[in-house]
Amino acid sequence: MFERRKAEGKPALVAYLTAGDPSPAATAGLVAALERGGADLIELGVPFSDPVADGPVIQRGADRALKAGMTLSRVLDVAKEVRKNSQIPMLLFSYLNPMLRYGFAKLAKDAKAAGIDGVLMTDASVEEAQTYVDAMRAEGLDTVFLAAPTSTERRLELVAKYSSGFVYLVSRTGVTGEQESLSDPIGPLVASMRKYTQLPLAVGFGISKHEQFKSVGSMADGVVVGSALVRVVEQHGASPNLEAELEAFTRRLVDGGA
Amino acid sequence: MTNLPDARGHFGPYGGRFVPEVLMAPLEELEAAYAEARVDPAFQAELADLLENYAGRPTPLYFAKRLSESLGGARIYLKREDLLHTGAHKINNCIGQALLAIRMGKRRIIAETGAGQHGVATASVCALFGLDCTVYMGEEDMRRQRLNVFRMRMLGAKVVGVTNGSRTLKDAISEAMRDWVTNVSTTHYLLGSALGAHPYPMMVRDFHQCIGKEARQQILAKEGRLPDTLIACVGGGSNAIGLFHAFLGDSGVRMIGAEAGGRSLKLGEHAARFDGGIPGVLQGTFSYLLQDDDGQIALTHSVSAGLDYASVGPEHAYLHDQKRVLYTSVSDADALAAAQRLSRTEGIIPALESSHAVAEAIKRAPSAKGEIFIVNLSGRGDKDTDIYRENLKELDASE
Ligand SMILES: Cc1ncc(COP(=O)(O)O)c(C=O)c1O
Repeated sequence: MFERRKAEGKPALVAYLTAGDPSPAATAGLVAALERGGADLIELGVPFSDPVADGPVIQRGADRALKAGMTLSRVLDVAKEVRKNSQIPMLLFSYLNPMLRYGFAKLAKDAKAAGIDGVLMTDASVEEAQTYVDAMRAEGLDTVFLAAPTSTERRLELVAKYSSGFVYLVSRTGVTGEQESLSDPIGPLVASMRKYTQLPLAVGFGISKHEQFKSVGSMADGVVVGSALVRVVEQHGASPNLEAELEAFTRRLVDGGA
Repeated sequence: MTNLPDARGHFGPYGGRFVPEVLMAPLEELEAAYAEARVDPAFQAELADLLENYAGRPTPLYFAKRLSESLGGARIYLKREDLLHTGAHKINNCIGQALLAIRMGKRRIIAETGAGQHGVATASVCALFGLDCTVYMGEEDMRRQRLNVFRMRMLGAKVVGVTNGSRTLKDAISEAMRDWVTNVSTTHYLLGSALGAHPYPMMVRDFHQCIGKEARQQILAKEGRLPDTLIACVGGGSNAIGLFHAFLGDSGVRMIGAEAGGRSLKLGEHAARFDGGIPGVLQGTFSYLLQDDDGQIALTHSVSAGLDYASVGPEHAYLHDQKRVLYTSVSDADALAAAQRLSRTEGIIPALESSHAVAEAIKRAPSAKGEIFIVNLSGRGDKDTDIYRENLKELDASE
């Protein structure tokens, strides 16, 4: 997937959505809208009551999803639903505790059966991840880890070692959320990470516009967009045009134009 | 049991480091700085000097004669952390971490607070050292601990109200963590209990160990023997581990941690993690956790803001499983009654948190004749005057 886009001279769009926002029934349709708009990979966010790594936009998305009754097992139902019509790669994006409560081995099995391709955990360091990685890999699921601007060389090496599928580079220190301009240069982090892995590198945090997508994408294999998409869902949540709005926003992100 | 945690911050299966990658290197840096400071005589001397001359250590171990006699059983001693500067044990840890922050070149301090005692202690040391101070506090806690909000502001701290979730301690910690993730290069997170990611549970415990070390010497001097029972309230667990740690090797000393039983032991109405909690990960650490079947964190309730938290320090989880410490819960009503009783028998108005420990002692003392209890009186009750007034309306009316 990353290779195909590379051949086209474009970065892949990794699109994050909080599953269950605005309702569990809406999510499969929103994934389809993202795919039509040009997304190459979907991160299905599992809502969590205490999302310490997230800014206000994704916090509100998680609140709406939880109020609407979203659970991890219902996220897997959504994945199944998506798989009926689409082969787009899907990643579970979750805080650790809901997965821990579900049970790693059972989760790996059920996620695989639901058509999930990999898992990303926001709040577990590689040091604590061995049992989790073993359980996911046993079912053939990828485990994506994050690297940050604060990561030392030793840590980048560990992140590379535990990651499969791709590596997610966090472009700045901070919580999730769109930014007017991207303050921190990401070139150095991309270059450092490259020393330790041949896996595709996706960069995220703060990206919401086509220009940012292009400039970040020129340095990496993929670009992750989250809060900007969740904001579209927030703004049009009650509207019958939600899917069309999300598709159009995604297309503008990838292709530019008004 | 006393040489934990291991090198990666584990107390048996508990503890560890469960944070976003952005915070991993800063936690490693903090761990290294603390390891150096811990064995640096100059650091320890400065800490000891401030604990004595600024905070007021050692605190008395006071024999509560009238309380003991009225119960007709155990001889109850109170470890008077309530007499410390700022009114609670929290200052021990704040002085230690502030010195460490300065050593690391971090001049901006952030903290969370529930009851406001940790916030006040943090604001005080920041004023003392000229550090920039921001304290996150749930809006529900700002309402019920109003006096401390003003004290923090008077001390020069910025108090930021948190409106997420139940608007209590857990939500304040999440907001402090978000600030730290964003400003980690300039900022030290001065965490207020034996919670969070390694090295915090170890470091906060170490800074409070003076409580138990003093108490052990004091009781030996007064009674010529070790106590039979130690009792402390357990929010995150800092005052309790501070008292317990020096006695862990004394197999004859029983230890009891009193959690908040709240209104009832139905999920959502209490904060008794060892009475309905299941091990899980919240805010950096693996420990007992009040949660629902989907792994979402449960709401909690306690009349006492400082005990109103869904998780508990990982060392307590370990001591619980080892059966070295017995954890019980005390209801809102029993804690309020204990505060009233201690006020009337000893002339000491305790903090609502500490009242949970006092209530547990009141329950156990009558059937413990000949025994010696040490109760950690972790804080004084001024901050809780509004809540006491609401619950003792008849006193306001009587003229
Ligand atoms: C007086 C007092 N005691 C106890 C606590 C509970 O914290 P810990 O369990 O860390 O001692 C607090 C917390 O705010 C407090 O203010």
